[in-house]
Amino acid sequence: MKLQKVVQELNLTVMTGESLLEREVNGGYAGDLLSDVLANARVGNLWITLHTHPNIVAVASSKDLAAIIIVNGRTPEADTLRKAEEERIPILISSSSTYIVVCKLAELGIR
Amino acid sequence: MREFRADLHIHTCLSPCAELEMSPRNIAKEAKRKGLQIIGICDHNSAENVLAVTKVAAREGIEVLGGMEVTTREEVHILALFGSEDKLFKLQEIVHENLHGTNDEKIYGEQVVANELDEVIGFSNKLLIGATDITVDRLVELIHELDGLAIAAHVDREGFGIIGQLGFIPKGLALDALELADPSGRDTIHLEKDLPFVSSSDAHTLERIGKRWTTFLMNDMSIDELRKCFRGENGRRVWM
Repeated sequence: MKLQKVVQELNLTVMTGESLLEREVNGGYAGDLLSDVLANARVGNLWITLHTHPNIVAVASSKDLAAIIIVNGRTPEADTLRKAEEERIPILISSSSTYIVVCKLAELGIR
Repeated sequence: MREFRADLHIHTCLSPCAELEMSPRNIAKEAKRKGLQIIGICDHNSAENVLAVTKVAAREGIEVLGGMEVTTREEVHILALFGSEDKLFKLQEIVHENLHGTNDEKIYGEQVVANELDEVIGFSNKLLIGATDITVDRLVELIHELDGLAIAAHVDREGFGIIGQLGFIPKGLALDALELADPSGRDTIHLEKDLPFVSSSDAHTLERIGKRWTTFLMNDMSIDELRKCFRGENGRRVWM
């Protein structure tokens, strides 16, 4: 499924990577311990987290993740957005919790 | 120069997770008994017992560094240590403005404010176990603006350690040192930039005080001398 479809269906706010929404999403990983995400997320995954720190961009970039969804409407730091533009990582914001976001992604068939 | 034995991370009965026995007098006596010359008092997100411990520890010949173990927005624990009470309380003011919620003693434990006679003089009603809205990058800046030292706490623990929470130490984060809960694990920590290590007890009970320590080789006990030790200036050294 394309990122564009996920953005529409979950009503996400696109903070960075507007031009990258043709990317394919092959699954997801939810986690707030970045060491765990580094160890267990897979290439092409959507990553669902509450973190807003610039390190999330480095993690997403090093694991070739499709995009980051930040939950609970949290606002990323300016530095995070700047790095995400540089590293071509889409940052998407949901006003919902991790649980609800994951439920909706599962409903869309992203497993 | 001479060697100072320091345990820089000790909680008092103010921390909801610490035992009530962690009163100012008990901590000072135990630190003396364990042969420590310097102790750091670092309760979660508050410094309300620092003055009482400082007063009684002085009688035992022990120097106290006033501090806090601040929980950042990313739920990373950072030790903030100061040589000046005014600056410590300035940081406390900022931390409290950015810390929300009220403590529930039944769930988290009592947050006892004590005086130098070990009398209970009040209870903090803030949710000290919670996280502040301050990012780790901003917190380290704030600590340095106030001439304090910023040490990433228990970096070898997954929960609340900076490496567990954030995957790696953010580039450009100007930490003064890294604390290890277990010094034997030093080789498992991979760093892009060389940083000095300390080890401390993170004591929540009297028995734990001084079970881990760090030795500083320096002229006298001051925050500036500690900073110079971390930088290895003029033969000053730090080891664990």
